[in-house]
Amino acid sequence: MQSVMYFFKVAGGLVGLFTETLYWCKSALSNSEKVVHQLLVIGYQTLPVGALIGLFSGGVLALQAGPALAQFGVEENVGGLVGLSLVKEIGPVMAAILIAGRVGSAMTAEISSMSVYEEIDALKTMDIDPVRYLVMPRFIATVIALPVLVIYMDVIGWFGGALVSAVNPEVKLSIDIYYNNLAQFVDFTAIVNGLLKAMIFGVIISIVCCYVGLKTTGGPREIGRSVTRAVVLSFVLVLVSDYYVTRVLLFLNLD
Amino acid sequence: MEHKLDNGGVINGTLGSVLGDRGKCAGSVLLDYLKCAPAGVRIQGLKRSFGSHLVLKGIDLDIDPGEIVVILGKSGAGKSVLLRHIIGLENPDAGTIRVAGKDINDPDFNKNHVLAMVFQSSALFNSLTAGDNVGLYLREHKVFKDDARIKEIVSSALELVGLGGKEDVMPSVLSGGMKRRVATARALVMNPDIILFDEPTSGLDPMMTRTIGDLIRDLKYQVEITQIVVTHDIDLTFYVADKIAVLSEGKILQVGTPADIRSSRDQAVQEFISPQFG
Repeated sequence: MQSVMYFFKVAGGLVGLFTETLYWCKSALSNSEKVVHQLLVIGYQTLPVGALIGLFSGGVLALQAGPALAQFGVEENVGGLVGLSLVKEIGPVMAAILIAGRVGSAMTAEISSMSVYEEIDALKTMDIDPVRYLVMPRFIATVIALPVLVIYMDVIGWFGGALVSAVNPEVKLSIDIYYNNLAQFVDFTAIVNGLLKAMIFGVIISIVCCYVGLKTTGGPREIGRSVTRAVVLSFVLVLVSDYYVTRVLLFLNLD
Repeated sequence: MEHKLDNGGVINGTLGSVLGDRGKCAGSVLLDYLKCAPAGVRIQGLKRSFGSHLVLKGIDLDIDPGEIVVILGKSGAGKSVLLRHIIGLENPDAGTIRVAGKDINDPDFNKNHVLAMVFQSSALFNSLTAGDNVGLYLREHKVFKDDARIKEIVSSALELVGLGGKEDVMPSVLSGGMKRRVATARALVMNPDIILFDEPTSGLDPMMTRTIGDLIRDLKYQVEITQIVVTHDIDLTFYVADKIAVLSEGKILQVGTPADIRSSRDQAVQEFISPQFG
């Protein structure tokens, strides 16, 4: 019974923080400096690792799928398979996991430390809304940065797939054929679907990580626990929402 | 060091040193900006419990404008909880808190009155410099359009607390006492009616305790501000207080001047203020 109550309390808290953050988005322009700062932080923390993950994700897809397709003589379809997989699923999910792990954990650590050391209370006594000052810039920055990171990782992943397909002796596919096939399969709708998912994941990660940070009480030990809690909850919600967003897109015939 | 005023008065302590060292200009920009309109506080029947534990058991306390009131009590007496109620961070189960006659929960309260607090941990933002910490309220509320004016007031506030020229220093390299003084400067630039200090000397050495005590006393004469200090430091209490309220187990045992408290016949009060050793 207590777990059920806790579940509804957290769910209600997340929805409450989300609506409050949406309300404070009206102040985004006057707080553009903070939003840009958060965008730079996210970019700085994720671009190098994002490139690496993208490159090897594309590479491993081509490595697994290429020989299998070659057995049936349809190895030229590796481009389409790698392209679509990255754009629709692997790109958004991997980028979300990267952002939750690197950026979300840092968000929770920073905000929970501010909660523990009375800095959030200090903001309140200065009549500065913590949601406007802390959550809104991180929310907007994550929702913008995640789709951009997905495009960046997709492009690098496509290249990784092309590279592996070209050098793998079981496939030996020219880069031209790979990219031509990829262009046939990956259309505008597929890219928009992936970006839509990335935006939803951005909302989930920023709200979950900020919520857990704001609710942290107790001593410094709680900061570590909050970070773990926020990252695990983000991963779970990203994967669960991925399934349901895909179902909705399929239902609407947009996938 | 002391500083002689135009009217023949003398300022001693931290502020006196600052003014004495730097001439009349130190802190004067801030002092011109401050409205110096202290407000009184009336607390009536304040009760608060956490779960089944009753922390505040009906607090009644009157604080006159411009007074330094020290709420003295041992750890766990409910001092900080009382302070958090006065600043509005906690809501009482019963009772009222009025500042200048207005209930602090009144929707218009924040438009007319400002309460500032110096936290026990100082609560400085580690990602901001000391100057940015002090100027945060002015920038976020767009009190001045001109950033140069904000910088002028920030510098002046830091000079007033004896930290002139420390605008670009990060909080991580400041000592505990310096952090408290930056936090005090941050509270001052809010142009408050009342400043609340939560254990301002906890964790500080005797010299720094004296410096903070001087600062609180100097503010009374220079800024004419109501100050509420929560502490268990008996030396600080008798050094700064105009009025002392002794709090024990969620109840006020006695309110009076330092002389009243010293001559109190209440055994619990005497046990608390008498030296523990020797």
